[in-house]
Amino acid sequence: MSTLEIKDLHVSIETEQGTKEILKGVSLTISSGEKHAIMGPNGSGKSTLAATIAGHPRYEVTSGSITLDGEDVLEMEVDERARAGLFLAMQYPVEVPGVTMTNFLRTAKTAIDGEAPKIRTWTKDVKEAMAKLKIDADFANRNVNEGFSGGEKKRVEILQLELFKPKIAVLDETDSGLDIDALRVVSEGVNRAHAENNMGTLLITHYTRILNYIKPDYVHVFVDGKVAEQGGPELADELEANGYDRFLAAAA
Amino acid sequence: MTEQIQKAEEALRSTDDPGVIQEILDNNPELKGLGNYEYGWSDPDVAGASAKRGLDASVVEDISAKKGEPEWMLKLRKKGLKYFERKPLPTWGADLSEIDFDQIKYFVRSTEKQAQTWEDLPEDIRNTYEKLGIPEAERERLVAGVAAQYESEVVYHQIREDLEAQGVIFMDTDTALKEHPEFFEEYFGSVIPVGDNKFAALNTAVWSGGSFVYVPKGVHVEIPLQAYFRINTENMGQFERTLIIADEDSYVHYIEGCTAPIYNTDSLHSAVVEIVVKKNARVRYTTIQNWSTNVYNLVTKRAVVDAGGTMEWIDGNIGSKVTMKYPAVYLTGEHAKGETLSVAFAGEGQHQDTGSKMVHMAPNTSSSIVSKSVARSGGRASYRGLVQVNPEAKSSANSVVCDALLVDTISKTDTYPYIDIREDDVTLGHEATVSKVSEDQLFYLMSRGLAEDEAMAMIVRGFIEPIARELPMEYALELNRLIELQMEGSVG
Ligand SMILES: Nc1ncnc2c1ncn2[C@@H]1O[C@H](COP(=O)(O)OP(=O)(O)OP(=O)(O)O)[C@@H](O)[C@H]1O
Ligand SMILES: [Mg+2]
Repeated sequence: MSTLEIKDLHVSIETEQGTKEILKGVSLTISSGEKHAIMGPNGSGKSTLAATIAGHPRYEVTSGSITLDGEDVLEMEVDERARAGLFLAMQYPVEVPGVTMTNFLRTAKTAIDGEAPKIRTWTKDVKEAMAKLKIDADFANRNVNEGFSGGEKKRVEILQLELFKPKIAVLDETDSGLDIDALRVVSEGVNRAHAENNMGTLLITHYTRILNYIKPDYVHVFVDGKVAEQGGPELADELEANGYDRFLAAAA
Repeated sequence: MTEQIQKAEEALRSTDDPGVIQEILDNNPELKGLGNYEYGWSDPDVAGASAKRGLDASVVEDISAKKGEPEWMLKLRKKGLKYFERKPLPTWGADLSEIDFDQIKYFVRSTEKQAQTWEDLPEDIRNTYEKLGIPEAERERLVAGVAAQYESEVVYHQIREDLEAQGVIFMDTDTALKEHPEFFEEYFGSVIPVGDNKFAALNTAVWSGGSFVYVPKGVHVEIPLQAYFRINTENMGQFERTLIIADEDSYVHYIEGCTAPIYNTDSLHSAVVEIVVKKNARVRYTTIQNWSTNVYNLVTKRAVVDAGGTMEWIDGNIGSKVTMKYPAVYLTGEHAKGETLSVAFAGEGQHQDTGSKMVHMAPNTSSSIVSKSVARSGGRASYRGLVQVNPEAKSSANSVVCDALLVDTISKTDTYPYIDIREDDVTLGHEATVSKVSEDQLFYLMSRGLAEDEAMAMIVRGFIEPIARELPMEYALELNRLIELQMEGSVG
């Protein structure tokens, strides 16, 4: 049982116009087995929250805390966070020229587990996971994300999620850019990780469609760097029907 | 070397504990870099300790006499010495002003007799090659022949019987001069004339060792021939001389590697490599240069290629303090081809000034240069290249691609692409990019559990992958491993 606890988190970035506060007191608690959805307008700070949890150096935490099972996550390097069991499926996965997926996946798995996976079972695991996510076997020999379509990149993020078996995963708009079939396939991948590893998930999305597949236990409305309201799945339906006006008005 | 440093060096080699290593390095800043360079040990050094320093006519005469050379070679050596003394140090490339030519030992004989089996070598020397994995590669038949040079001379040499039976000659250059003088009278100095440049002149004056290769008509040597160069003594000058002749329709791949101990003072490695590629022959010459960072590596390499022939230089420069090296191809026959793949890695205190030179002298010749360089920790990687197309070299084509990767903000990269085109009917392409390891790339890999230096190394390996791919498997792995070593502790 793991718990990621975010308390009154304030985050700023350095811009050319000076320091800009983007997160203005976020509090959230995600435990193993739970599915949390975050919805919010463009620019409200969702990706900032995700990147801050993973430790991107661009974001400066000015106050508040993030802990994983009581351990101070903010004290950890990016790689230490990954090894502690956090995973971020990125909104814009990055290309790494000249490095094959096979090499990358094995190296990352070794780093996360602290030991090399057994070659035979690992090769089989990768093959099976790729097949389930309907990723063509050729991708194993392609360079990481290089020339992948938007949807292919997202599938490969979920492939990693399944193989690395994190305790808590943050999915930043994994559903954006996916076709109808891919959305289902990817959602099934996330659900498998839940079922098999009792993973906790923070799912950032703009659309309720993915929530038909990945049924959230909690929905958080994110506005202007804060959680404006929390509720159950019904809150997503309300947003779908009425948009963010009610919350934007309240924030203004 | 002072006693304290010597002690510290020993201590450093006898521990794997990172904490202890750090402490030793902190107390002995002279040894910085040793932690990352695995080949920095030195053997006991009787021959080197008593060797004469400095260069004059007597040194040249002495070398020639020791080798019992023909008169014409001694004359040529003396001519080389004259040119060397007369020519100024080049000032257009890396900084060479600190080379102390009077301190250099120009000839060190470490063993009296060349060995045909590793067991016949003096124990220190044999151990050194064992540590470098050379006999193992030979046992595993990854190479078809081996030449191992230690200081000034080739101490071990072997070639596979079947190749010998086909008439392939692979031996050290000194012996070859005795046994096959006809090749030398015709080709020695024909590709790189004695006065070509200051360091080619120096090499001509004091050359010793190196390889001679002759591949007869139509013979394909499918497995590479390997040469390994090792400097052991301090302030050594190593001046090997290599001559490769690939007769019509033949093929050979020659691979060389090199390492040296780490000293506080500098050594000089100044080789000359001449290659003759006859009609429709193909030669591939691969170098993994991994000198310690107190070696000046100033090398002249050139091939002449006759009609339909192909010359390929694969030039990896990882080590040395300063390297100036621009493997050249003179395309003298129609449809001749030249190709250089160059990868340079400049770390702290290193300047890699590398590139290539392609000279089109006949119609329908083609050439390409691909250069990839990585600079980190204040290192400097320069690409310097020349593409020359002579009049009448119609319908020739050249392309140059040079990509530089900067790992941090204190390192430096520059490009000097010269072109000299005297013919209208040519196709030229030139691309150059400079990229930085991006914060997002690092973040992505680190968020997958890779430590910062592992992530860096992965990005760097990916960057040079197009060149590593061209190497035989063991060498690609070796290159990757060297890069990982170089990247260790690259972030702080
Ligand atoms: N370098 C920067 N300079 C100025 N503003 C920035 C910079 N980086 C991020 N921001 C701003 O921070 C805010 C939050 O961005 P973030 O990407 O977290 O939003 P988001 O909620 O994920 O939006 P979306 O739904 O469009 O993905 C935005 O207003 C964005 O413009
Ligand atoms: Mg976003």
